[in-house]
Amino acid sequence: MAKLYSKHPNKEQISMNPKKETIDFLLNYSKALRIVKYDKMKFEALLN
Amino acid sequence: MKNQLITDATLVSNYIKGDESALGILITRHKQRIYSFVYSKVYDKDIAEDIFQDTFIKVIKTLKKGSYNEEGKFLPWVMRIAHNLVIDHFRKSNRMPKFSNSGEFSIFSVLSDSTLDAEKSLIKEQVERDVRRVIQELPEDQKEVLVMRMYNDMSFKEISEKTGVSINTALGRMRYALINMRKIIDKHNIILTN
Repeated sequence: MAKLYSKHPNKEQISMNPKKETIDFLLNYSKALRIVKYDKMKFEALLN
Repeated sequence: MKNQLITDATLVSNYIKGDESALGILITRHKQRIYSFVYSKVYDKDIAEDIFQDTFIKVIKTLKKGSYNEEGKFLPWVMRIAHNLVIDHFRKSNRMPKFSNSGEFSIFSVLSDSTLDAEKSLIKEQVERDVRRVIQELPEDQKEVLVMRMYNDMSFKEISEKTGVSINTALGRMRYALINMRKIIDKHNIILTN
């Protein structure tokens, strides 16, 4: 059988994960976000 | 895996109740699928990162506002948000096309600085001066036609009217002017290249 010299696709696959910084940002954002309800209105308040 | 035992629905409900760590588990659980999905559409790590972040900002806001209806479909819902943000991204980039310089193709291979550098402009001046001197060597009738055609940008019809000869004669003079210029150039070994 003929040898295939092309690279195996799996080896080329780069890590498909977001950066740790992005995750940390989201977790911190979530901790900082407060929703203030007044009457029927909702306000977003970022505490940092 | 303890984390896998807790369903998305439970984690969402815990998060809404104020358990911040539930969000961490949800993100960790689904980040690869969502990020891969976005990347498969935009093929740019930074843009994928931005869209991933915006997706979860939307998720966080919706959950905190209590606008999320839990129907046991957390992941499809997040994927739908990501999908909509990808569409928004392409809409924006269509309105504002930009050229990203990635891969082998470089924009600078297309765009070049057309202004001449000092050396080239000196050579150009020299060549033009040599050409003018060669033209001075031509017989008067040929010189006249060539100057009108090349420097004054006149048509052969205009030249024939101005000089009072037929168009064919003007064409013939132009032809002989060029032949004679080539002869002069060869004779004096003048190099007229940039």
